[in-house]
Amino acid sequence: MSEQAKPLLEIKELHTRFHTLDGIVKAVDGIDFEVYQGETLGLVGESGCGKSVTALSILQLLPCPPAEIQGRILFEGKNLLDLDQEDVRKIRGNDISMIFQEPMTSLNPVLRIGEQISESAKVHKSMTRQEAWRWAVEMLRMVQIPEPGSRSRQYPHKFSGGMRQRAMIAMALSCNPRLILADEPTTALDVTIQAQIMTLLQRLKDDFKTAIVLITHDLGVIAEMASRVVVMYAGKVVEEAPIKELFKDPRHPYTQGLLGSIPVIGRKEQTGRRLQEIPGIVPSPMETPLGCRFHPRCHKVMNRCCEQEPPMIHLNEHRRVSCWLEADSVVKESQAGSR
Amino acid sequence: MLSWTRESVMTENPYRRIWAKFKRNKVALVGGVLILIYVLSAFFAPVLFPGNPSAPNLMRSLESPTLKDPLGTDELGRSILGRIIYGSRISLLIAVGVVSVGIILGIPLGLVSGYYGGKIDFGIQRITDTMLAFPGFLLALALVAVLGVGLKNTVISIGISMVPLYIRLVRGCVLSVREEDYIEAARAVGTRDVIILLRHILPNVMVPITVQTSLSMGMAILFAAGLGFLGIGVQPPTPEWGTMLGSARSYLFYAPHVATFPGIAIFLAVLSFNLLGDGLRDALDPRFKI
Repeated sequence: MSEQAKPLLEIKELHTRFHTLDGIVKAVDGIDFEVYQGETLGLVGESGCGKSVTALSILQLLPCPPAEIQGRILFEGKNLLDLDQEDVRKIRGNDISMIFQEPMTSLNPVLRIGEQISESAKVHKSMTRQEAWRWAVEMLRMVQIPEPGSRSRQYPHKFSGGMRQRAMIAMALSCNPRLILADEPTTALDVTIQAQIMTLLQRLKDDFKTAIVLITHDLGVIAEMASRVVVMYAGKVVEEAPIKELFKDPRHPYTQGLLGSIPVIGRKEQTGRRLQEIPGIVPSPMETPLGCRFHPRCHKVMNRCCEQEPPMIHLNEHRRVSCWLEADSVVKESQAGSR
Repeated sequence: MLSWTRESVMTENPYRRIWAKFKRNKVALVGGVLILIYVLSAFFAPVLFPGNPSAPNLMRSLESPTLKDPLGTDELGRSILGRIIYGSRISLLIAVGVVSVGIILGIPLGLVSGYYGGKIDFGIQRITDTMLAFPGFLLALALVAVLGVGLKNTVISIGISMVPLYIRLVRGCVLSVREEDYIEAARAVGTRDVIILLRHILPNVMVPITVQTSLSMGMAILFAAGLGFLGIGVQPPTPEWGTMLGSARSYLFYAPHVATFPGIAIFLAVLSFNLLGDGLRDALDPRFKI
């Protein structure tokens, strides 16, 4: 990972709000992070933390109104939010593509698999029908679908969940994008298939030097794939760290809670003990608590947490955390790093 | 066993499945056969009835059914069977024309209205509301009053009165389809809106459109006959079922056959299109398994 290089994708102060009849829903509330060429960034958090909305905001797939996206999304230095719809469309699938969570519903039941995969090649590479179809068959072969030629002529109902997700990956990769937003790509699949899909993604990433933003709530998947992790809570980034450091030394109580809730079989100190849980649920994005958003669920809550929102504290070049506990330690360490 | 699965994967044809399901519905099958008979008689009218069905023969006016003229003759001595056979041409032509007008105007408007929503949708829907506020036949009648009589105007006015039905139907289906994940997935790879509408959404709403088309054809025949009966549809001497019924009205008491047979022709045509529509609805519904 080259920190010196310019980031491929830079998100700055991204706010995504939904104007609904019940009020304004702040799904994403001022987040920033970077993605570098060829790396895998894990975006973690419970359901309802704004992970998927972040991905959809990057590609501007949210209907506006009711959605309203503010901030800057710099892709290779260009702010995607300044582009008009037609230019954004040219980026979708070509430079940035997306893998969806539900392979069972993400393929059109009335179109043949080959037709759906060849779509983006036709749109972005202006291939003819036949060329694009041949290309689609190659893509299917690449994601290890057996007999890709005859399979490409079938409709999605003939495909199993794992095969559909492979087809979705083929669709996402067919224009060789530089960034893939993988929104919980394995959540809906069997564990054995999950491992296959993850291995496949890893291999394709290495072959094509594609950067991946891996959105998931499965820290096991993150541990295997990602090099850096951004932890989100209630529309905010609460911690960012390289993967090893995060697992070794999680700083934010929320991250600690997430890691504590993974069952570890066979480890001594875990046997016979109850699994840790984070009490409560993610607050509704319409009524975020005052102060630190996590304080009602935090076991290290202090008075200050209920009143003031903690600042983002940069522990070093690669690590940052938004928690009052760290604020005190940093003051003592006399500003470990400020970017 | 394995080879059987392989075969079925390779060769299964969705139309064969639909046909297998449709075939089981005997009533719909009867409707289909009747429509086929109408279509064939329209095609082979000159073979089935040589001669001009509109040429009067006053010597033989209002004859009861005989061997020579199995359905009798009308007030001008023309064979009713011949006129019904030639009339099926007119009626089917009207049905196809009306449905074409409905489809050509209704489907694009419905697609756009449902997909884009917002102001466009609001505009289209208020116009649709206004048109639907009138009973379909009344609307067609009013349009004829504006456009004038004749075959072409009959098609246009009934066709326009069908447009709001198509708009509503298509819009409703699009509203549910556009929220599907696969539409978002198509947008995520940069597909143009036009392509999404025509290739991703339209095929998903074809089933209700097909059923509606069959039902609309029956309705179109009935409306056209109604206009003909009132004397503002297809004009004599063209053999049109409704027009025949209208002119037979005066002889209803001493030559009832003159009105009865065109009436039966209308009745059977409308019935068979409705039966066919019902059968198609069941056969095309993927949730109905055989």
